[in-house]
Amino acid sequence: MVLIGVVLIIVGFLLRFNPLVVVTVSALVTGLIGGLPIKELITQFGEAFTTNRYMSILIVTLPIVGLLERNGLQNQAAKLVSKIKAVTAGRIINIYLLIREIGAALGLNSIGGHPQTVRPLIAPMAEGAAEAKYGKLPQEERENIRAQAAAADNIGLFFGEDIFVAVGGILLMKGFFDQNHISADPILMALWGIPTAVCVFIIHSIRLYLFDKRLDRRLGQPKFLEAGQANETERKVER
Amino acid sequence: MTISVEAVYAFMGIIGLLCSIYTFFDKSNSRRITSGLFYFIYALTLLFGKVIPPFYIGLMVIVMVLIVACGGLRKGRFREESTEAREERRQRLGSWLFLPALLIPVLTVVGSKLLANIKIGRLPLFDPANPTLVALGAACVIALIAALALTRDTPRTSIKECRRLLESIGWAVVLPQLLATLGTIFTKAGVGTVVTQITTKFIPEHSLFWAVLIYCVGMAVFTMIMGNAFAAFPVMTAGIAIPLLIQQFGADANQLAAIAMFAGYCGTLMTPMAANFNIVPAALLDLKDKNHVIRVQFPTALITLAVNVALMYFLIK
Repeated sequence: MVLIGVVLIIVGFLLRFNPLVVVTVSALVTGLIGGLPIKELITQFGEAFTTNRYMSILIVTLPIVGLLERNGLQNQAAKLVSKIKAVTAGRIINIYLLIREIGAALGLNSIGGHPQTVRPLIAPMAEGAAEAKYGKLPQEERENIRAQAAAADNIGLFFGEDIFVAVGGILLMKGFFDQNHISADPILMALWGIPTAVCVFIIHSIRLYLFDKRLDRRLGQPKFLEAGQANETERKVER
Repeated sequence: MTISVEAVYAFMGIIGLLCSIYTFFDKSNSRRITSGLFYFIYALTLLFGKVIPPFYIGLMVIVMVLIVACGGLRKGRFREESTEAREERRQRLGSWLFLPALLIPVLTVVGSKLLANIKIGRLPLFDPANPTLVALGAACVIALIAALALTRDTPRTSIKECRRLLESIGWAVVLPQLLATLGTIFTKAGVGTVVTQITTKFIPEHSLFWAVLIYCVGMAVFTMIMGNAFAAFPVMTAGIAIPLLIQQFGADANQLAAIAMFAGYCGTLMTPMAANFNIVPAALLDLKDKNHVIRVQFPTALITLAVNVALMYFLIK
């Protein structure tokens, strides 16, 4: 019976109802089925909402990011990378993935994040690199690049984080095994995370490399040809 | 004096309150009153979360959701600033613009690692319950002052810009908090135990491979439903890993835990329920498809999940 809430969520998301509404309805229905009186249910709902305020921490970064954007931060980030010839959108994001993952592995979770790093810096840098290479970008590719930047932030954070011993995930697992009288060592748990962390970096790096190749295919390299660079003939042979 | 997490929430609430005033008076927004009300109520729940009784907070949240459900939350139209003016300011400031942006992560790291243990008199400077959050709040205040000094803009401009960002995120700003709330209610209603009961039925006896597969995939799927691998881990591990993998096949708990949690994270990459990682960034980056980030992550998550299954299987074997 309690699974009705889960079904509501899945159906609601699939039918693309507003997630806020879907989630609230599911929470209220699940609570009612679970036998909570309505007043008690709303109280618990409000209490949990207050406890989870930390989830909305991104709001504190908005006044700064907004101010810097108004003064051209994104353009400056794009400009900075467009000067370097070897950069591509995929490579920038790949470097960020590496920094993010290693940072998280060292316990420095706060060096990244979508509002404070991806939106003002990484996404514009990657877009700037692509623009320098292909000229003006179609909106679709622009969005693809941004989504890639956001994804790299998540992947780097998740798979780097659990290599650091004092992180929530590791402590939670240690606590759980202690309760069940099974011996577990946080340091070993962190170490056994490394194989997956390395694999995911390789997998995603390959995908970013392929992303670059796809951009090449879709957008060609008009800028290089226009500039009439020395290796133009070489490119023709390749084709 | 201790800077508590509550102070950071209050700061967030004040930002929201000021933004909502601009929304109320935004003539370009056809639903300015209800839109303003949405942000206003939300700001109150942030600011007075500890003061207002939970029952009323619950009602306020339901009102917010009703506003969204009835289409009462709209974005204002913002006067697009001339690119020349922006370009002129950019040229004046150049790469100095990076300074406040970089101050946020640097000060947060410094604050949460070094200052977390500092005490003034007997009291710790930062709330020991959550030093990172407080450090981030403090870092943002300093970065904001630096940004104001650098750009010579007024605090008012900063609030205006903040409202532009907040409105572009829209309802998604509340979603992570609401999902976490749902998670709490799911747990109380015992959704976890039911899911484990169902999944364990699929495991043929004495099959290590199937046990590993169901454990890892179960972690991912359960995480996709709850939006949080931390909720999935105790449930799945108590249901599958301890009775089968550890007691029957003698698996090493450390290896299991590390790999299973990552299998759960693969699920996090694939679900809109992990809104703060997947949906909010899509809103923040102005992506048309709110599931765009999930689409990008899907292949990596699936391949990594397969790697985790193989790795766990060979380590136990």
